[in-house]
This record gives sequence, structure tokens and C-alpha cells, in this order.
Amino acid sequence: MKELVCIVCPRSCKMKIEFQHGEIVVSGNGCKRGKSFAINETTQPKRTLCSTVKTNYKEVPVLPVRVSGEIPKDKIFDVMKQISTVVVTEPISCGDIIIEDVLSLGVNVIATSSILKEIIKENG
Amino acid sequence: MKQYDVIVIGGGPAGIAAAVSANDENSKVLLIEREARLGGILKQCIHDGFGLIRFGEQLSGPEYAERYIKELNKRDIDVLTLSFVTKISKTKENLFYVHIVNKKGVDTFLTKALVLAMGCRERTSKQISIHGTRPSGVFTAGTAQHYTNLLGELPTKECVILGSGDIGLIMARRLTLEGARVIGVFEAKNTPSGLTRNIHQCLYDYNIPLHLSYTVTRIFGEDRLTAVEIMKVDENLKPIKNTEQIIKCDALILSVGLIPENEVAESLGVQLDNRTNGPVCDGQYMTLIDGVFSCGNALHVNDLVDYVSENAEQAGKNAARYVNSDRCLININSSDDFLYTVPQKLDINQNNSNVIVYFRSRKNREKTKFVISVDGKEFFSKKYSFLRPPEMERVEVDFNSFNLTKSSNIEFNLVNF
Repeated sequence: MKELVCIVCPRSCKMKIEFQHGEIVVSGNGCKRGKSFAINETTQPKRTLCSTVKTNYKEVPVLPVRVSGEIPKDKIFDVMKQISTVVVTEPISCGDIIIEDVLSLGVNVIATSSILKEIIKENG
Repeated sequence: MKQYDVIVIGGGPAGIAAAVSANDENSKVLLIEREARLGGILKQCIHDGFGLIRFGEQLSGPEYAERYIKELNKRDIDVLTLSFVTKISKTKENLFYVHIVNKKGVDTFLTKALVLAMGCRERTSKQISIHGTRPSGVFTAGTAQHYTNLLGELPTKECVILGSGDIGLIMARRLTLEGARVIGVFEAKNTPSGLTRNIHQCLYDYNIPLHLSYTVTRIFGEDRLTAVEIMKVDENLKPIKNTEQIIKCDALILSVGLIPENEVAESLGVQLDNRTNGPVCDGQYMTLIDGVFSCGNALHVNDLVDYVSENAEQAGKNAARYVNSDRCLININSSDDFLYTVPQKLDINQNNSNVIVYFRSRKNREKTKFVISVDGKEFFSKKYSFLRPPEMERVEVDFNSFNLTKSSNIEFNLVNF
């Protein structure tokens, strides 16, 4: 039996994971999302990742980004390395892809702010 | 002089939501923000987890803010950025003068109702007594976040974090991702201050140790911080002799609490609650000064922006509907088992059919019932399998069904079941 704290929402449910006849049985979860988190956590733990990328705009030296979906926990620092190589040179918008299919993980690194576009608009 | 129905002070998530909802009630609205851009602290909260309740999505702070800014921009709402409110005064006709200063000089506006949405501030090193020198390298977690996420400058290579508030935990992970070493998070209390999920996903995921019942007692370094002294503390948070340890590091990051920002409110004579450090308010989030509403982290420190938006929408709507009339306020008496409850009063002349009550338990509790009783008789209860001080609870209550009168004694209690 394993104990686990759910990180899906702030309720932070304390869950128990048991293996019965080769199946994973979850208890203590407050919702369905907790159950799938617990199962993932025992088979392949996944996390989201948020960071920033450099830009060549003086007013906005870094732009916030995140992965479009969860990535394996043990790939976090590898993806960080990819993110650190990027320099944004275009006034991109929130949701625009910064790195497509990063490390062939099936998710994109996307911008999470339209601040560059806004600043370009404001400065004419 | 330009006149408005509602002036909202503060352009963070609370202020934006309040301005939008006030405008939706057909009022003429002005939103005043002192920074260059709207969005408040969300601009630098690049981590995700925002909007789970409102949008059913895990958004980053900037994404959440931009969704609301888009709504604001669709509407005919006046917005002043880089503008600082210097003074608010009340007229004989129960209107308010709002004095501001910005690049153009000074200006004054008149309004029927005010929404105070100034958010909160971090407690600084000056508000916690630490001995030693005063070198550079002592940052609040929010300042470290500003450097890292907005300026793109890493403020430390190797640091100690004092306090286990959520921003400190988020920054422990963020600094680690950017290549800094977080030696440990030290918390004087014997339970963490931040959300349990943040302890797990920000500290344990990255093997950052959490040391409970420890505090920083001394800072070393001349120009730049070179080390800190930590000590174990007893149950009264007093350092225990001979437990000193010196830890070499280049920064001390503080995450030791947030205080609602209410300087303007106090200058108006708004009464504050010493449990929330925010204004005492009624079920409409109106303070004890008629026409002055409070919302978001200025009212009480929330752990989720989703609740800030919800509460601010209500405050904005109520400010728009505000007409000066007699109030009949009765107290809500909440027991010492609560860290706080909001609202603190009810105006029984208002419609209180859908009042949102926010509360925090003072201690970790299991199997607890939140009970509302009137004159000793139980009218409402809700069961919780557990309550924790870092996790705020929210309940909708129909107080109209309690047939309240001005002599009603409303009590909030927590009882085990």
C-alpha cells in the first residue's frame, strides 16, 4: 500500500493506493481526477512545466511559457534545457507555439502571454 | 470634474472582475491602476493552477489575467494606468472624491461607490526580527519572483527560504528549475503554511527539504549575504539554545505571510478586522463606510484567484446597485476555532439569500461540521472530512431563510462529528 497526496486541486486529498489482483485500487480521492492522478503516479508520474524564454525585446526580456500537456516527471530538466536555448524575436501571442513537439514528447511549448504583441501595438 | 457610478482602485484580478461586473449592471466605471499594465501579481505568477474552478483549466497567471483583461476591453470602462490614488474624501452628499496623480499631473474624480481592490503585500524582513548585518541578498519571495519571471535575472545561486507560504514554495521550484540550489525551506511553525499540494509538487518533487520548527536567527555578510544562522524553535516559536547552525548561502528568501493592503481604506476610516487584517464587511462586501466595498486579497488573503474573481464580481455588482439607504447591521459571532470568517456582519435590510461565506480553521481538524446557529438554534451545517488553516473554505448560505431580526444572535461554530 502506498499513500499519496493529490496535487490536482487545492483540496490536496490524502489517497491510498493498493494493488489487488494486479489492479490498482485508489481510495481517499475526492473526485475522478484524483483517481487518474494516483494511477499515473504509480505507473508513469507526469507533471506540467512552466518557465520563461528569452526575447530580444528590451521592455520584455523574458516571456512566460508552459507545456501544452503533461510530460514525464523525469524529462522536466531535459525540457528546461530546450526552453533555455530559445530566443523569441517575433511579437507572438498567448497560445503560439514556441517549441513544437518538444523532445518528441507529443506536447508543445507554448507562450502564455500576449504582452509582446501588446507592447508592439502600443509603441506603434 | 468627471463623475462615475463606481471607481475601482487596483487593476489586479479583483479590480478587473469588479469593474467588469459593475459595468454589466450599466454603471459608469473607472478603474485605477498604479502599474503600467493590468493584471496585478498574476503577471509574474507564470506557474499554472489558476482557473481550475472558473474555467476548468489549469492556466498560468498571465493567461488567467489576459482572459479577464479581454472581457474588460470589450466594455466601455475607463482605465487609468500609471496612476496613483493619493487621497479619498467623502462629500456631504455621501459621494467620494478620488484624488490621483499620474504623468499628466493631479486629477480628481467624483463617484457614488468605491471598490477597494488593492490586493495584499508581503511581510518583509523588517517585520520579522532577524539579527545580524543588512547585506543585499534578502528578498521576499515575490521580489525573487519578479526578478526571475519578469526581468529574467536569477537573484540567487544558493539560497535558504524562510517560511512555507505558497509563493515561497512556488519559488523554491522555480529557482531549482533555473539552476539555483535551494538548500531548504525553514518554517517556524510545526505545520506548513502553504497548500499541501505545493509542498508535494514544489518541494518533494525536487528533493528540497522542509524543516518544520526552525527559524533563521541571524544574517551574515557585508555587501552580499554570505550565510544565515538557523535555530530550532519550541512550541512558542522561541529559539532553543545550542541548536545554532550556520548555513552558507548567497540569499535568504522570505515567505512569511501576506497582509491585505488597506492604507487608503484606513484613511477613509474603514474599520478593519484584526483576524483578516482587511475591512469588516457585510454580506454585500460593503465595509462599515456606506458606499465603500472591498474585495479580493484586500478583504482577506485568498489562496485561489478563482475565489478572488468570484468575490470581486459580487462586490462590483453590489457597488453598481448601491443606493444610499439605512443599514441594519447585525454581528456574526464566530468562535475562536476559526482563524477568520468573512463577512463579519449582515445588513438585514439587504437580500441575503445567497451570501458567500469564506472561512479558515485555526487548526488542522478532521471530521468537522461548520454550523450556523441563530439564537442557539442550528439553521445550517456542512460537514468536512478535514480542515486545514492554509486551505480556505467557501460556503453559500441563504440567510433570508433564517428570518433574521435586528436582535438575532448569529453564531458560526466548528464542531467535531
